[in-house]
Amino acid sequence: MDWPALILSLKLAGATTLVLLPLGVILGRLLAFHDFRGKRWVEAAITLPLVLPPTVLGYYLLIALGVASPLGQAWQTLTGQTLVFSFSGLLIASVVFNLPFAIQPLQRAFEGVGQDLRQAAWVGGLSGWKTFRKVELPLAWPGLLSALVLTFTHTLGEFGVVLMVGGAIPGETRTIAISIYDRVQAFDTAGAGIMSAFLLLSAFLAIAVVYGVGARAVRLRG
Amino acid sequence: MAEIADASGAGLHVRLAQAGPIPLAVELACRPGELHAIVGPSGAGKTTLLKAIAGLYQPREGRITCGPSVWFDAAAGTWLAPQARRVGLVFQAYALFPHMSAQSNVETSLASQPRAERAARALALLTQMGLADKAHRRPADLSGGEQQRVALARALARTPDVLLLDEPFAAVDRRTRRRLQQDLQDLRRTLQVPILLVTHDLDEACALADQMSVLHEGQVLQTGAPDEVMARPASPLVADLLDLTPG
Repeated sequence: MDWPALILSLKLAGATTLVLLPLGVILGRLLAFHDFRGKRWVEAAITLPLVLPPTVLGYYLLIALGVASPLGQAWQTLTGQTLVFSFSGLLIASVVFNLPFAIQPLQRAFEGVGQDLRQAAWVGGLSGWKTFRKVELPLAWPGLLSALVLTFTHTLGEFGVVLMVGGAIPGETRTIAISIYDRVQAFDTAGAGIMSAFLLLSAFLAIAVVYGVGARAVRLRG
Repeated sequence: MAEIADASGAGLHVRLAQAGPIPLAVELACRPGELHAIVGPSGAGKTTLLKAIAGLYQPREGRITCGPSVWFDAAAGTWLAPQARRVGLVFQAYALFPHMSAQSNVETSLASQPRAERAARALALLTQMGLADKAHRRPADLSGGEQQRVALARALARTPDVLLLDEPFAAVDRRTRRRLQQDLQDLRRTLQVPILLVTHDLDEACALADQMSVLHEGQVLQTGAPDEVMARPASPLVADLLDLTPG
């Protein structure tokens, strides 16, 4: 087991989840409750990482974060380091390729709350914030948990985008998925096997949790 | 803050007008203690009218006053949020919060009261509705009639200035409906506020209402006492609409 790679992957997955959950709640809620011009385009853009080849997404992220890009230049001026091939760059890339995994479950969950319940809360005198806290969030929590589990697990296993944007710098950007690839290249099938089994188990548990939570939510709504 | 209405008098006064997207041409008044039925076929704009009064839908033109308070005045740019209007609204499918007990559902409308008093007040309202022993049940564990009573208790919890009922008896069986209608008649005697009842059931409107407005494509075609409207429809269209069978 490549422990530094596993720790790095867990750190990346944790940070990505931490950034994406609040963003997912805001955007998922916005898409669930509001109609606006260009909404379909926004939804399509968010879904794009699901269908785009990881190398294509990685290529564009590499361009967008590279030293020649405004973002890459600004980052270099501020920190003296490049954004690509760094943990920070990897985190930005990770947030982008996980957008659909966080936002879609949350959007569906907020849509499931329905306008009538929100309106009933408003007419009853609850403010927008209290309605969110007492009605929307308690009913949308299965979506929140799904978003959390899916984002975390998907980050653990992502390979293509991570390799394109981060390379494989030990301790900085070499995640467990990259390490598996490296071990296979080095004919260390036993090492690759242990790490693959770990990812397989975590993915299986994640999906079991998401399904379990979904079934519980259905029972709650009667 | 609500400004003071000019000579509008007591009760609810509603005047709404817009060409689209949902056409509206409505003018009606409802005195405290009066039950005013809004009848019309599906898609006539009945629910939109209730939502406009509750502050959930803002029409382009018009004015809504309740007693001395102006809730909506397009000309003056006045629009009060639903939280600022004291409205009790019973939704068509009740819109009870499924994750809360019956008592907690009622308590949500008591947020302006001291925390310590909320539980007792909610329980008192549920007791009044004959649901004291079911206060801790969730909506999914209550019958249709019981859910309707919880929704009514929640609507009354804010001591509303107006009570709006959107097809409240549509989802219950005939026997429960008769009992609930009797409860509503009893409630009217104690609750001196204007009550608007949206229904597509003419028998229900005739049995319960003091006044009745016939709504068609967002337009009030005729208003009057139910017997009078039934006996003397203002136009062939009204006569045709009144012949509609329930359902």
